Amino acid sequence: MNYEDFLLNLIKNDERFVVITAENRAAIRNLPNIVKDRFIDVGIAEQTMVGLAAGLALRGRIPIVHALATFLTMRAFEFIRTDVGIGNLPVKLVGAVPGFLSDGNGPTHQAIEDISLMRGIPPMNIFCPADEEDMLIGLKEVLLSPSPFYIRFNNLKPAVEHKKDFRIGKAELISEGRDIVILTYGILLRQAVEAAAILRTEGKSVGIINLRTLKPIDEEAIRDSCSRKVLLVTLEDHFVTGGLYSIISEFLVREKLSCNVLPIALMNKWFKPALLPDVLTYEEFTSEDIAGRINKELIRLSERKEYSF
Amino acid sequence: MKKSNKELEDTAFKVREHIIRMATDGGCFIGASLSCTDLIVYLYNNFLNITKDNLNDINRDYLFLSKGHDVPALYGTLAELGIIAKDRLKNHLKTNDFIYWHPNRKLPGIEFHSGSLGHLLSVSMGVAKDCKLRNQQNKIVVILGDGELNEGSVWEGFLVASALKLNNLIAVVDRNRFQANIRTEELIPVEPLEKKFEAFGWTPSRCDGHDFNELDKAFSKLPFNKDTPSVIIAETVRGKGLPSIEERADRWFCNFTHDEVNQLLKELNSKEKTDIKSETLIVR
Repeated sequence: MNYEDFLLNLIKNDERFVVITAENRAAIRNLPNIVKDRFIDVGIAEQTMVGLAAGLALRGRIPIVHALATFLTMRAFEFIRTDVGIGNLPVKLVGAVPGFLSDGNGPTHQAIEDISLMRGIPPMNIFCPADEEDMLIGLKEVLLSPSPFYIRFNNLKPAVEHKKDFRIGKAELISEGRDIVILTYGILLRQAVEAAAILRTEGKSVGIINLRTLKPIDEEAIRDSCSRKVLLVTLEDHFVTGGLYSIISEFLVREKLSCNVLPIALMNKWFKPALLPDVLTYEEFTSEDIAGRINKELIRLSERKEYSF
Repeated sequence: MKKSNKELEDTAFKVREHIIRMATDGGCFIGASLSCTDLIVYLYNNFLNITKDNLNDINRDYLFLSKGHDVPALYGTLAELGIIAKDRLKNHLKTNDFIYWHPNRKLPGIEFHSGSLGHLLSVSMGVAKDCKLRNQQNKIVVILGDGELNEGSVWEGFLVASALKLNNLIAVVDRNRFQANIRTEELIPVEPLEKKFEAFGWTPSRCDGHDFNELDKAFSKLPFNKDTPSVIIAETVRGKGLPSIEERADRWFCNFTHDEVNQLLKELNSKEKTDIKSETLIVR
């Protein structure tokens, strides 16, 4: 089952749902003929799309809006913040090709500050599935939630076999580890799993957490991972500012917790446009790169006697 | 039952008194509120099906105030209709209530918040679309400022509303010919408006926004075209009713002294210009 089939099953007999797009039909190309009136294509007009969705939500509908993640979260930002956010309306914002998924499009299409922007809106929630299977496991609960949601759309093949239980604000524990815990979301779960396998062959105990929702975030899972002996790694295809690294930093400061944290993120630069595997290689996000960066940090910490591994 | 012109005039007079009383102790956007007073009074009394008893009925009509800062005219009208208690207007800018410079829906009768220009055309389109999905016959009115027409999102909305054939949507332009502190035509000329709206697939009409007969003539012909949204350009005067405020670029946001408020209340009656000294050119 893919996103479109899942959506159709969920909405065909539930009149509350309206599917809207700003001429971005890639993931919903068969829906117009099936859902008919409840499919609205506003053309390339993201601001109008979000305002219109807010109006539909005022009337009791649950609009599911689709656009490229950059144009949705940035062109229409003020409409999301002012109409959906202040209104606290259950509009579901589906952002396509977020993070590294924009491949060769270039910086105009790189949504790598989308999480930073969305999480600054008080009632907004954020769902960042690791792959299509993970997305479909959480989608029903996300769409039926009374809150506005930003969904970082991801239809890649599954990186792991996912646990079927899903709760908003609950992370998926992929594996436990005593030396290193990799916190991640979205497409990089695959690289995290492969990097962990490399590190394990070197005798290290590596945990992996797929956060699923970044807002609300699973604070219990972070607290459980955090100890003086462990290296926490935040792995994300997002600017280092405002994403997972910021969320973890804020949490640790607020809770007065002390922990070694290594951010693996985009360090205040847009990434090299290319096909996904080449992007990962160029930007040093392959599993080998990630394992290498973690090992480098372990050496640095042990030289500073901050880490006892 | 429709109200007579005399009844409408009396209500508009009282609404203007409310607006003047809100122009002190912090002040309000008095000029734009006075320009759309007659329009709003007309709409609530003789056009829209909105009463204090049907505010949650999905079959009610809707009014969205997109330009937002003219909300004192709406507060005054809602008070005169009994939708909010007149006493509450004394809470203007007080933290114990929800009556401030821009609208919000914590106040009964206000459908949605605004203040950032160029938003409520698209929001009202969502409501209009839903009414059509449900085959309802209710009317959705959105009031825009002529300065607000500078915003690109408004024209995006005009284009899309026409594509969606929202013939239950009525945009009204409060054509008071002022931006904030500069005349519209001196800064960003917007004419010819009819041609622009026609080019965007809407059917326009223009009328005197202070003449109840003309307003009635325009609104009773709606929808102008069964296949398009309708737009009414209401020619108005900013500061209407107070000669010392009318047509003055510096009377946009005003915070008067209590004495000046009393002077202005007299001026509303006498129509004789009074001498107001308060500095009122405050850009917000």
